[in-house]
Amino acid sequence: MIKIEGLHKSYPIGKDSLHVLKGIDLHIKEGEFVSIMGSSGSGKSTLLNIVGLLDGHDEGNYFLNGQLIKDLNEKKAAILRNKFLGFVFQSFNLISYKTALENVALPLYYKGMARKERLKVALDYLEKVGLKDWANHLPNELSGGQKQRVAIARALVTKPKVVLADEPTGALDSTTTDSVMDLLKDINNEGMTVFVITHEEEVAEQTKRIVRLKDGVIISDEFTNAAKAI
Amino acid sequence: MKFLFDSDTWQEIYGSIRKNKVRTAITIIGVLWGIFLLVVLLGAARGMENGFNKLFGNFATNSVFVWTQSTDTPFKGFQEGRRFTLTMNDIDVLKSEYSDEIKLLAPRNQTNNLIIKDFKSGNFKVSGDYPILDQIQKKQLLYGRFLNQNDIASIAKVTVISEDMYKQLFDKDEFPIGQYIKINSISYKVIGVYKPSNTIDFDGDCAYVPFSTFRKVYNTANKVDWMMITAHEGTDIEQMESDVLLTLKGLHKVHPDDERAFGSVNLGKEIGKITGFITGMQFLTWFVGIATLIAGVFAIGNILLITVKERTKEIGIRRALGATPKSIRQQIVLESVFLTTVAGMLGIIFGSVVLFLIDMAFGQGEDAALINPTVNIPIILIAFVTLIVLGTLIGLIPAHMATVVKPIEALREE
Repeated sequence: MIKIEGLHKSYPIGKDSLHVLKGIDLHIKEGEFVSIMGSSGSGKSTLLNIVGLLDGHDEGNYFLNGQLIKDLNEKKAAILRNKFLGFVFQSFNLISYKTALENVALPLYYKGMARKERLKVALDYLEKVGLKDWANHLPNELSGGQKQRVAIARALVTKPKVVLADEPTGALDSTTTDSVMDLLKDINNEGMTVFVITHEEEVAEQTKRIVRLKDGVIISDEFTNAAKAI
Repeated sequence: MKFLFDSDTWQEIYGSIRKNKVRTAITIIGVLWGIFLLVVLLGAARGMENGFNKLFGNFATNSVFVWTQSTDTPFKGFQEGRRFTLTMNDIDVLKSEYSDEIKLLAPRNQTNNLIIKDFKSGNFKVSGDYPILDQIQKKQLLYGRFLNQNDIASIAKVTVISEDMYKQLFDKDEFPIGQYIKINSISYKVIGVYKPSNTIDFDGDCAYVPFSTFRKVYNTANKVDWMMITAHEGTDIEQMESDVLLTLKGLHKVHPDDERAFGSVNLGKEIGKITGFITGMQFLTWFVGIATLIAGVFAIGNILLITVKERTKEIGIRRALGATPKSIRQQIVLESVFLTTVAGMLGIIFGSVVLFLIDMAFGQGEDAALINPTVNIPIILIAFVTLIVLGTLIGLIPAHMATVVKPIEALREE
C-alpha cells in the first residue's frame, strides 16, 4: 500500500538547510495498523506529510497504492488525497462554522457527490462513531473526544485506502484517548490501513507495528504483542 | 460554469459570508456607496441639463442680437462718441449678402407707452415686429393668433398682448379677442393673447404690433432699434456674428476695430458656456463616481485578502480533504463577484430611490431646479458590468494568495 525507498527531505532554514529525513525505507501493506514513534524533531510529522501528499520529498521513491508519486501538481495531489487518504489531526481541524454533519460531508463535496446523498452517507459515518445525535451541532459544542470522532468520521467518509492520524490523541485525556484508539482499532479490523503518529507509548502499543524514528532514520521496526495476539 | 448553478457552491459562500457578517456589510456598503453616488450624481447632472434645456427651450439657440451704441474711435472725419441707428437698408444688405448663413432676420422697434382699456390702464412695452419673431422666440398663444404678413402689408392696427396685460386691462371672463385697447391714444384691435415664456425672455409683458404700423404711428421712418438674427444649421455662428458686425461697420462708417459702436449678444456662445459647464460637471460626475466605485472594489479585494489570510488554516483543511486549487479559487472569486453584485444592485436601487425623492422635492412645478433627474439604463448596465468585471479581477488576487500557500504550511498556521 505504502512503499518508501531511500526517502530524503530537507528544509531550508535561512542559508542552511535542515536535513530532516535521512533515507527512510518503509513498506506498509494493506490492512496494517502502524504507529510511528519518535521524539519531537525526529522527522515523524515530516514523514506523515510526505505520505499524506501534503509535502513533497527531495530524494527517493514513494509508491502509494502502487503509483509512483513524483512531480505532483496541486490538482493531482488534491484528487489523490481525496481518493486514497483520510486525515485525522491532533487539533481536529474541523471547520468551525459547519455542523458536525457538514464537516463529515465536506470531502464528499470535493468528490462531487450530490448534497442529499453525501449528507446521508455522512450521517451513516457519524452513527458509526456514535455521534448521530450530535449531527447538527457545531464543533465548539462538542467535547474534544467527540470532535476527534467527528474528524475520524470525516477521514473515513470517502472510503480511503489509508487513514493518516497525526497525534490523534495528543489533545485528549486518557479516557477519550482509549475510545479514539478503540475506534481506530475497529476501523483497522475492518481492513483499513491505519498510519498513526504518536509519541505516547500507550498509544503505540495498541497498534500492530511500531516504527521508531530518531534523527531522521528508522532505528527499530517491530510488531507488537497486539499483532501477535491475532 | 456548472459550479455556478450548484447549490453547494452557494452554501459554501453563504457559510463564509455568515461567518463575517459585520465585515461583509461594511464591504458591501463601500461598493454600494460608489454606485449610489454614480447614479445620484448622473441623475442630478441630467436633471440640471434638462433644466437648462427647458430654460432655452422656446428660443432658437443659434441666435445673435445686434444693437447700436456709440463709437469709441474717430473715423472718416467723425469724432468718437457718435451715436447712430440701424436702418432698414442695413437689414436688406445683410439679407442679400448673408443669404447662405442667415435663416431669419427680425428688425425690431420698441418703446414704452400707456395702454388704456375703458377705465383700466397700465404702462407697458410696445414692440413693432415681423411675424418671424414667432419663429425665433416661440409665442405660446392662449387666445387668437400672432401677427401675420397681412397685418404688415395692410399696416393694420392690431396687437397681441400678454396674459398679465389681459388680466390687468380686462374684466374677469371678458373675451379679449376683437376688443379694442388704446396705445398712445390710438385704438388697436386685440388679435391674440400670449403667455410669456418663464425662461429666457427679452420682452417681458409687451404689446406686439405690426412693424409697419409701429413705423407709421411713431414715425420711425427707416430706423431700426435692434435686430435678432438666427443662422442656418451648421453655420459657424461666431464667424457670422463678426462678419455681420464688420459689414454693419462699413455701412455706418465706423472704424473696423471699434469695440463699442455695436452691441451684440451671441446666444449660441452663451449657451455654449453653460453646456460646457454641464459637460464639465458630467465629466466630474463620472470621474467621482467611477473613482468611488474602484475604491469600493478595492475595499472588497482588501477584505477578501484579509479573509483569506484568516482562513488560511481552513483552506489548508479543505485542501487536505481534497479541494483542488481551482475549487478554492472559484469559491473566492465567486464570493467577490457575489458581494460586488449585491452591493451594485443595492446601490442602484438606493440611488433610484434618492433620485425619485429628488424629483419629488425639486423636480416638480414651473420653476423646478432639476427636471427628470434620470440615468440611462444602458449607462447603469455598463457601470454594473464594469463593477462585476472589476469584482472578478480583484477577487483573483486573494484567490491566488489562497492557493499559493502549500497545504502543509496552511495547516501549520494557528
